[in-house]
Amino acid sequence: MLEDTLTTLENLPLATAIREEGLWFPWIESIHVLALVLVVGFILIVDLRLIGVASKKRGVAQLTSNALPMTWGAFAVAVISGSLLFISNAASYWDNVLFQIKLVLILLAGVNMFAFHHLVAHDMSGWQTPDTTPTLAKAAGAVSMLLWIGVVVCGRWIGFV
Amino acid sequence: MSSLTEFCNWLADTSASHLFQEVLWIVPAAQSIHILAIAIAMSALLMIHLRSIGVLAQDQTRIEIADRFLPALWVALPVLLATGSILIVAEPARSLRNPAFYWKMGLLLLGIVITLAYARPLRRDPSWWDNLTGRRQFASGIAVTSLLIWVGIVFCGRWIAYVSPF
Repeated sequence: MLEDTLTTLENLPLATAIREEGLWFPWIESIHVLALVLVVGFILIVDLRLIGVASKKRGVAQLTSNALPMTWGAFAVAVISGSLLFISNAASYWDNVLFQIKLVLILLAGVNMFAFHHLVAHDMSGWQTPDTTPTLAKAAGAVSMLLWIGVVVCGRWIGFV
Repeated sequence: MSSLTEFCNWLADTSASHLFQEVLWIVPAAQSIHILAIAIAMSALLMIHLRSIGVLAQDQTRIEIADRFLPALWVALPVLLATGSILIVAEPARSLRNPAFYWKMGLLLLGIVITLAYARPLRRDPSWWDNLTGRRQFASGIAVTSLLIWVGIVFCGRWIAYVSPF
């Protein structure tokens, strides 16, 4: 049943066009790369502040309010472009171990972010300096960094496996 | 045989080049670090230039934002140079014979010059870009141009894989 779904996706006119019309894939892939470097870049800005390495004079809440809207926007573009790339070769990507790991890491990053916002970040406005940033917040920042670096590495390796 | 071809052949024959090709994880690792460094550079530039246009962090001055994020750029650039060099040495013809690569390098030079054109006056006088309406508009122009250039750099980088070499 899953195989049928994947085959159906691959046979969509859009998927076929991306797979077979010369320049679609490169353009969509380039947009995907641009979106992902922005996602990872903005997340790194916040994470480096959480672990106390950068932006030390800026409160976490202010930094997050600057970075978050653009992070989500870039993430949306990454998901859309990624989905277009995926359907062009759905069965093959689905079977790719690096692709599977990448999705799992993104999911875990989402869980980490959810946990951070709902369990840890109640008093975020008080985290004006690294000293007043809770250890759990630093841990969330470190975990986030590792997960997203993993996403980048896995994403790059998809093409090699 | 052209001198470029000779140089590519020579480079491809060095022990470094053989090493990068034979140890399979070196090129993907260099590419991954390259991508992460781009992430740092792009987000830093976005913070600086979006502040310039007035989109975010209005509670911070231009110099405060620049002081916070320019160092990240100056760290990212050497990392990009080092990882990029590994990629060139591993497969010299792939980049050195590719038009997209030279577009990328041209845009990179332009991008660095434009960033410096914004940062230099700012360092001498933190209110320089804000003192006159004309200057404020020019700063916004620099910001938009800079962001377009860096987007172009990212695209050219990816297109190296798709553009035919000369």
